[in-house]
Amino acid sequence: MTAHDRIIAPMGSRPAVLQMQSVDKTFNGGVVALRKMSLNVNEGDFISLLGPSGCGKSTALRLIAGLMRPSLGRINWEGGQGKDDLGVVFQEPTLMPWTTVARNVWLPFRLRGQSYNSVKDRIHEVLALVGLEKFADSYPRELSGGMKMRVSIARALVTNPRLILMDEPFAALDEITRQKLNDDLLSLKAKTGATVIFVTHSVFESVFLSDRIMVMAARPGRIIKEIKIDAPYPRGIDWRTSPEYAAVARETSDTLMSTLAPGEVH
Amino acid sequence: MTIAETQATASETGSGPIYDADEERFARAQRIEAIAKWVVPIVVLSFAIWWWDRIVVWNEIPHYILPGPGLVVQTLFEDRVTLFQSLLVTLQITLLALTVAILGGVGLAVLFTQSRFAEMSFSPFAVILQVTPIVSIAPLIFIYIESRMVGLLLCAWIVAFFPILANTTLGLKSADHNLRDLMSIYKASRWQRLRYLQLPSALPYFLGGLRIAGGLALIGAVVAEYVAGTGGIGTGLAYRILEAGYRLNIPRMFAALLLIALTGVVIFSITSLISHLALRKWHESALKRE
Repeated sequence: MTAHDRIIAPMGSRPAVLQMQSVDKTFNGGVVALRKMSLNVNEGDFISLLGPSGCGKSTALRLIAGLMRPSLGRINWEGGQGKDDLGVVFQEPTLMPWTTVARNVWLPFRLRGQSYNSVKDRIHEVLALVGLEKFADSYPRELSGGMKMRVSIARALVTNPRLILMDEPFAALDEITRQKLNDDLLSLKAKTGATVIFVTHSVFESVFLSDRIMVMAARPGRIIKEIKIDAPYPRGIDWRTSPEYAAVARETSDTLMSTLAPGEVH
Repeated sequence: MTIAETQATASETGSGPIYDADEERFARAQRIEAIAKWVVPIVVLSFAIWWWDRIVVWNEIPHYILPGPGLVVQTLFEDRVTLFQSLLVTLQITLLALTVAILGGVGLAVLFTQSRFAEMSFSPFAVILQVTPIVSIAPLIFIYIESRMVGLLLCAWIVAFFPILANTTLGLKSADHNLRDLMSIYKASRWQRLRYLQLPSALPYFLGGLRIAGGLALIGAVVAEYVAGTGGIGTGLAYRILEAGYRLNIPRMFAALLLIALTGVVIFSITSLISHLALRKWHESALKRE
């Protein structure tokens, strides 16, 4: 652990950030996307929502982001939700193609009426954090897929949000880039102490990254098990190749498989 | 020295040929195509003009039926004062109409995307104005509107504004869904959403509409003047054509026609250039790929 790293309290003694209390989401036409989902998010948590497609993991994220309203139940921010409490990374980089990398990262500040010059230092600091300080004046189209994703992450981090939501951010990237970004994400998390909810359908990714995995099942979408991973951060190649990692991955995989009805084709 | 030997020496010295014969041929073909892009249209056009001249000369066609290209250019030069004055009038109407079309088209498009009720209420009018041929509305316009200039302007505007309205509306609605979600997450106001997301997203669509509208404004101005007929001072090119037709001054008809065509080409080039300059840094349509 480097001197810059923030100390994150051990699980069990972390202050709460957000609570989902038995949230249901039913879409028009009666499709139950989510049933009785409860989740306590605490400061410094790295939570993965893991499940097959249709298990409501993205719906849960959209509910937390406030892009949808729960049909039943409630979502409470500890101390109310402030304007900068949330950072989001989508599956696509979702950058504005008509402007530069630095100005894309400026967006959250710009929407609060802060001029570019007043936050320039912070923007460059975050770009340096994701390793893109040299590309501040590039246009998104000039970057590779992985680099675009880094810009997207920088934009989510720039306001120091209390909670960062990531919706399968690396699913469209190649395996090598993906591993690199997973490593970098963990070191970013160590530096910023961010709280993350990470949606994925990859068992290995979730076991590598998170300290809490919420295994979800489909029809109706629900959490079936929480798996806690005590392995200490920083995690790297040692964790990825350790027997504990393999054991947790096995357990997670088995849990996931048990949710699929016998004979069901996916 | 044989090829094998050349390659051997090259790899030994480390400064071998960068191209092989195939690549060389490909590069040559590309160079030829780059030149041909400019040369071929010019040659074909020149040939067409020459052919026109020959047809007139060989068939001894009298100039009051079909003047040769030389005579047209000569007339253009001799009548330059009258013709260019008329050109200025036509240009003035075209550009004014285009300006108002841009303001009205973009303004209405913004209104339509901000308010569903505004769209429901006004889009039928826009469509009706668009689908009704301008030649059939124009006589009425000149009955109700006293000022000839305003009447012409209105006609040209009716023709020109719809592509801008339709394209800009489509563009404003085409903003990326995830970016829209991001705007909601950061609690952007309506104005911020419009300014930072929808307007930039609509820019390529708007510019596409502008290119169409530029040509249409000219057509609108010319057609309206045909309908308006004689009108004392401040007559445009269309009236010159009508007038020359009455006098069987066919070369002047051609000269005026040539000016209108050239004006159209210039307007299209300028709007294309604007579009290119605005989009070259980021939009797919303007990017060069290796």
